[in-house]
Amino acid sequence: MIELKNLTKQFIQKNGQSFNAVNDVNLVVPEGEICVLLGPSGCGKTTTMKMINRLIEPSSGQVLINGEDTAGIDTVTLRRNIGYVIQQIGLFPNMTIEDNIMVVPRMLGWDRKRCRERARELMSMVALDPDRFLHRYPKEMSGGQQQRIGVIRALAADAPVLLMDEPFGAVDPINREQIQNEFQLMQRQLGKTVMLVSHDIDEAIKLGDRIAVFRQGRIVQCAGADEILAKPADEFVASFVGHDRTLKRLLLVQAGDVADAQETQTATLDTPLSHAFGVMDDNDARYLAVVDREGKPLGYVQRKDAKGAEGTCADKLKPFSATSKPDENLRVVLSRLYEHNLTWMPVLDADGRYNGEVSQDYIASFLNSGKTHGRQRMALK
Amino acid sequence: MNNRAFLKRISIGLILAAAAIAALVYGIGPAEIAQYREDLVYLGQQHLYLVGVSMTLALVVGLPSGVLLSRPWARRYAEHGMQVFNIGNTLPPMAVLALAMVVVGIGDKPAIVALFLASLLPIVRNTYAGLSGLSPTLIEAANAIGMTPRQRLWRVELPNALPVILSGVRIALAINVGTAPLAFLIGASSYGELIFPGIYLNNHTALLLGAVGTAAIALVLDVLVASLGKFMSPRGVA
Repeated sequence: MIELKNLTKQFIQKNGQSFNAVNDVNLVVPEGEICVLLGPSGCGKTTTMKMINRLIEPSSGQVLINGEDTAGIDTVTLRRNIGYVIQQIGLFPNMTIEDNIMVVPRMLGWDRKRCRERARELMSMVALDPDRFLHRYPKEMSGGQQQRIGVIRALAADAPVLLMDEPFGAVDPINREQIQNEFQLMQRQLGKTVMLVSHDIDEAIKLGDRIAVFRQGRIVQCAGADEILAKPADEFVASFVGHDRTLKRLLLVQAGDVADAQETQTATLDTPLSHAFGVMDDNDARYLAVVDREGKPLGYVQRKDAKGAEGTCADKLKPFSATSKPDENLRVVLSRLYEHNLTWMPVLDADGRYNGEVSQDYIASFLNSGKTHGRQRMALK
Repeated sequence: MNNRAFLKRISIGLILAAAAIAALVYGIGPAEIAQYREDLVYLGQQHLYLVGVSMTLALVVGLPSGVLLSRPWARRYAEHGMQVFNIGNTLPPMAVLALAMVVVGIGDKPAIVALFLASLLPIVRNTYAGLSGLSPTLIEAANAIGMTPRQRLWRVELPNALPVILSGVRIALAINVGTAPLAFLIGASSYGELIFPGIYLNNHTALLLGAVGTAAIALVLDVLVASLGKFMSPRGVA
């Protein structure tokens, strides 16, 4: 757990006036969570983070890590127990990848064999072949690969706390997305307490359990991603997260969340069309999904086909042209709806069974309902 | 530059040097050179002795001075400090020799002092430049992972500054070997003992042999230092 109490950094400017780069910041990052410090350049987010491992000495205030005041720990010990990732990667060009990863463990006195095993283990976590890469030098790798090494170097000594200064900023968008995903996956296993500095709202939404928006040395709002997007504290936060913030919320909600919020109505092949029409009429729906005995979807019947018609659903069955999975986010779902010119599509679980449906109307009402995304569910497992 | 290219370059250099020496031997005639054989060997040893002692001293003083000047607390004074080391290079070597002779008398000693002063600046300056020119992110990374200042110096700063430091050593060495013949003027033995009488007595053979001997020493030592640096530098650096 990281706790910042009334943390302040004062600089004296050239004209002799003092200037608070960080002004009375209070923040708690609970154990195992990622907190993103978000804000424009010069807002004090990096200074705040560097005061945690005392690369910058605080002017006043306290930093507590797992309840212990860091002012009482010497900087060398403190820093060896905090992982640190920087945008410029900062690998040492004179050392092989293996040596780079193992610098901290070696300084902490791990034996050679344990170090080597750890390096291999970490390399496989970021999907780099240890035999191919461990004996290379940083300049013999691509930027994306180097940044992966930068991340696992910070994890090498298994420090409980991780500080990341725009860690994925120098990587191209495709690689960035990939490294972010890998990092998310690792974080789910390792449960580090992470403080990440970013100016990229999408990165913050993607990775942050909690986002602290900075402006001129102060925290303007500190909340979960969905809350920041749904209820920005002021005009500054609103403009910083972007005027398309409701669209950004689509990333946070999964198809399953929307489907679960609706009542699921289905018919089978031998359901009479008159009955199907009744169900649709009662629910004010324009369509009804048809499933087989195991719950797998076969297609759907439209209200206008069922109206006053004889026979069963099998006669008027229309196939689905697209489906989605419960863990897909709404952005992907919506994109697929538009792609196939649909207003709704079924959500199928891992076994291919009908699990409900998402429609443009459902999505709109979900976003307006004040409900938040399903990520908490994942965090709590 | 990979190792093979490096070897190739060195061997081409050696072949060219050998060809030049062969041409010289052919021009002057082996019989005449044989007369100078004893001189060439003895003066070569003396020349190497002056260079060796003065370079060692210059390294022993220059490297730590460069390191000290590059420390964060000393950086603001670094340019002033550097002026002290400048003395050896801004004064003409002849003047330094004369001054050294006044202070420590004639013979090898003043020659070593003068050569030491002449080779100090490139070593100090390149050590300083190499260390203070390192990317700040490298230093920040080293600090942030909890290296002590000493660990940072030995494991990160020096290895990464090595190519720049080494080029300073090579410059110093070239200056040193080239200045050593002047030591003849204050009574120390070096190839200067062939060159100066060669000039005064219009003896082109002696002059040429002294000059070529000096050049040969400079080339061989430079190749040695370069190979040593090649061997010492990690593959990841420059």
